[in-house]
Amino acid sequence: MNCQQAKPLIDFYSDGELDAAGILELEKHFHDCPACALAWRNAQTLKKSLKQDSLFFTAPPELRRRIKAELRSQIETAPRWNFWNWNWLTTATTGVATACLALLLTLTLTRPSAQQRLTQEIVSGNIRSLMANHMLDVVSTDQHTVKPWFNGKLDFSPPVKDLAAQEFPLIGGRLDYIGGRSVAALVFHRNKHVINLFIWPVNEKDSNPAVDASIQGYNVIHWSEADMTFWAASDLNEKELMEFAQDFAAGETLKP
Amino acid sequence: MDERERLKAFEQTVLPHLDAAYNLARWLAGNDQDAQDVAQEASLRAFKFFGSFRGENARAWLLTIVRNTFYNWLQKNRPPEIAGELDDEALMVEDVSVNAETINLRVADAEVVRRAIEELPVEFREIVVLREMEGFSYKEIADLSDVPIGTVMSRLARARKLLQKSLAGEFQTGGAK
Repeated sequence: MNCQQAKPLIDFYSDGELDAAGILELEKHFHDCPACALAWRNAQTLKKSLKQDSLFFTAPPELRRRIKAELRSQIETAPRWNFWNWNWLTTATTGVATACLALLLTLTLTRPSAQQRLTQEIVSGNIRSLMANHMLDVVSTDQHTVKPWFNGKLDFSPPVKDLAAQEFPLIGGRLDYIGGRSVAALVFHRNKHVINLFIWPVNEKDSNPAVDASIQGYNVIHWSEADMTFWAASDLNEKELMEFAQDFAAGETLKP
Repeated sequence: MDERERLKAFEQTVLPHLDAAYNLARWLAGNDQDAQDVAQEASLRAFKFFGSFRGENARAWLLTIVRNTFYNWLQKNRPPEIAGELDDEALMVEDVSVNAETINLRVADAEVVRRAIEELPVEFREIVVLREMEGFSYKEIADLSDVPIGTVMSRLARARKLLQKSLAGEFQTGGAK
């Protein structure tokens, strides 16, 4: 290797981009050629000069704060789905195709009754609430906080009760969407289990809590009272969920 | 994905590289205020397009967006003769008058190095930051800045020559101390 061949390789060598054979030859050349060896040392020195910590600008804290605040306000005000988000579009296209196929199959194979569909929606609502951080819009163990929170968000005022004394403490509430309408969802705990209680107004006769179904490992209990329908869903065992339903149905309602 | 989840994932994978984003923006834009604007806009764009991030190198991905944001900003905010396309031929470094190759360089004072980098054309500054401060490989820089790898190598070589020249000059003029 002569100097003309060596010169252009010095950069690659100091950047760690030279292959093994090249490295061997170049190092041999450095040994024989003080001028190229000096050029290499200078390249190293330049690297060191450029790598000094004080040359690196760190982001001002207010920039970080501003960005975080801006992002937060974006997700709070933006519609859930950004139409121009291509990722969404791709997913949606695939999703729509899959859904059409699935729907076709479902329609031909089974025709679930309205009741079955509703139960499935309840279970789905329950599962959805366990995914992501979507369980609670209002976090409070105080029924006097949870109940007013629904004001103005729903066209009815759901009864809110705290069953802490019966060891079903109220955790909070959120809005959900079942059977084509907005409904109230109250969230209770029993030990580590989550109970979702969906409530909305209906015109149906009062009925006592009854086990509606057990789907995908979730139990669903349904009752009606004072033109409101109640659907409790949980992975809690059927017996305890029934206790919950009876306690709620019997419990003192917070007057509006 | 739920928006809040998306934000959380973004804050965990992308925002930790905000320092790198600001550093690149700061070297490109040349001052703090413009750099903050570019870094902020780039971060918001990154969040918008977070769905297209495939989980590869988050720092490289964010810096690609910073770079694009900067050049868009440059076109809007600077006269075209400055923002004009870089003609690589025009940037051929003439033979160095102070022969950096025959003197022993010493690690230069940070202030001196800062001025030397600032004097470089923007495309050279960018490559120096990506290679020397961020440690990206030639291939990564080529992908990031959307130029052939050969261009990365030649720009880097010329940027280094210019830097050596100005640092060597510094030694010759102020080097007596």
